[in-house]
Amino acid sequence: MDGARRRFLEWSLGLLAASGLMARRQEALAAEPPEVPTWMTSPGAGFNEYGAPSKYESKVTRTFGRSQAGTTGSGAIRTPLEALDGTITPSGLHFERSHSGVPDIDPVKHRLLIHGMVKRPLVFTIDALLRYPMVSRVHFLECAGNSQLLYQPTPPSLTAGQTHGLVSCSEWTGVPLRLLLDEAGADPSASWLLAEGADAAAMSRSIPMAKARDDALLALFQNGERLRPENGYPVRLLLPGWEGNMSVKWLRRLKVVPAPIMTKDETSRYTDLQADGKSLMFTYPMEVKSLITRPSHGMSIAGAGLHQISGLAWSGNGKIRKVELTTDGGRTWVEAALTEPVLPRALTRFRLGWKWDGAATVLKSRAIDDAGNVQPERDKFITEHGSNAIFHCNAIQAWSVSANGEVKHVYA
Amino acid sequence: MSTRELARAVIAMVFAGCASAQVEKPNLGRAATPTEIAGWDISIGPDGVGLPPGGGTAVKGAAVYEQKCQACHGTKGAGQPNDRLVGGQGTLASKTPVRTIGSYWPYATTVFDYVRRAMPYVQPQSLTNDEVYALAAYLLNLNGIIGESDEMNAQTLPNVKMPNQPNFIVVYPGTGR
Repeated sequence: MDGARRRFLEWSLGLLAASGLMARRQEALAAEPPEVPTWMTSPGAGFNEYGAPSKYESKVTRTFGRSQAGTTGSGAIRTPLEALDGTITPSGLHFERSHSGVPDIDPVKHRLLIHGMVKRPLVFTIDALLRYPMVSRVHFLECAGNSQLLYQPTPPSLTAGQTHGLVSCSEWTGVPLRLLLDEAGADPSASWLLAEGADAAAMSRSIPMAKARDDALLALFQNGERLRPENGYPVRLLLPGWEGNMSVKWLRRLKVVPAPIMTKDETSRYTDLQADGKSLMFTYPMEVKSLITRPSHGMSIAGAGLHQISGLAWSGNGKIRKVELTTDGGRTWVEAALTEPVLPRALTRFRLGWKWDGAATVLKSRAIDDAGNVQPERDKFITEHGSNAIFHCNAIQAWSVSANGEVKHVYA
Repeated sequence: MSTRELARAVIAMVFAGCASAQVEKPNLGRAATPTEIAGWDISIGPDGVGLPPGGGTAVKGAAVYEQKCQACHGTKGAGQPNDRLVGGQGTLASKTPVRTIGSYWPYATTVFDYVRRAMPYVQPQSLTNDEVYALAAYLLNLNGIIGESDEMNAQTLPNVKMPNQPNFIVVYPGTGR
């Protein structure tokens, strides 16, 4: 084994140790050649009707904060971004934000009503929707409240997923919304659409008709299978690149209206309070953002040498054009390699080989999208927007690496 | 016509059929009746269109609040264990802003819309329209926005001026922030 490979292995083992999987290291060593591993000396397990991850990956789970007092389903659960690679989030690890639990919807009984300023108010069954022409698109979904802990005055001691895991990415398959709006004969002068879910909060948002007619989908499938209940089964709205709350789950009603309804979740929430006391309303696209997922907070780098930095970038305004990394606390920046395909409004994986000299340093990533938007440094972001906005934080994430290899969240 | 030519002709006809099927719209929705729409259409915008008959005052609302809301939102909307509903005016530009109906919400109609569709948390859509109007009146009165005996109904509710409404800046459509 050459030096670089050995150091990479050591770093990998360091990660395993950091994630509490030391036992696995012992087993791995026990299967070193020339020993024949035990799993080759007797037949393996039989078949499963529905597969599950390896039992050795049982620690790779979502992180649940807490539900609102007295409730069980009013809150959010986050994707373990630091444990994943590639760009597609496994459906079982997709983040979830729900306002009053996950409804148990019988797809045979579910109905979608389209009404309001239309020539023909229509009711659709799920079976009917499944007969429409569909398209498949890879898109991220990000809660508007993702990364909000970066508004705090001190950096949270939490993993990448615990801090930024309200973003996930799936291949969504469904019916372009414009087809149904055309069939209903939506009034061309109507510029808004009210979308409402069939959960116990009847969560609702006003959607600009321009977006509805542009790239909005009625999503029925996620990563090839029907939507998961917590992601809107049997049908959800999907508004690529826009704050996740607008992609209304368990969609039951679309009302064509002349003006925004000003629902609770577009007035009292999902508006961004600025330092001067004014609030920004209808800040729909999720801004350009990136973060290094490996190494990241809570991991340990086992020694100097060559390491692979890996992370995610995305923009609600289009494609990622470029991700720049600094491994010296911001003195110099180098361009990372983007893994193809780079898709609009989708998670994009970036990678960079890094030769660590063993000295303490700070790692950061900075994304730039094809509209020219540049991810801002945290201090600039806070100066501009204050610390009260809760939503739409896309500040640069910094990780410190100490001389002993420990990686921590810092503001730098 | 040989068998091969016949097969080609059939294939051509099938493809022509597919092409015309693609421009045809599926049209698989059935007409919704006015009664069906009325049963589902619970959204109320700032213009108040769709607000139902009925009404209520803060005095009536206090009784409903104590019975159905206080356990989660505290005495007189003071909050705890869940969201505070009252007060906070003048705090939005401070380091510790308090967002309540009175200090933050831009439209009074939203109170009716949201309470009717989603509250009480364990029994959404269980309140009568009179109860929802009364609760809206109670919460607006506690926030000093309307008087104790002002009735909230389909005419009065949309006319309530919320103090923080002028402080919202609509970003869409535009280039973002």
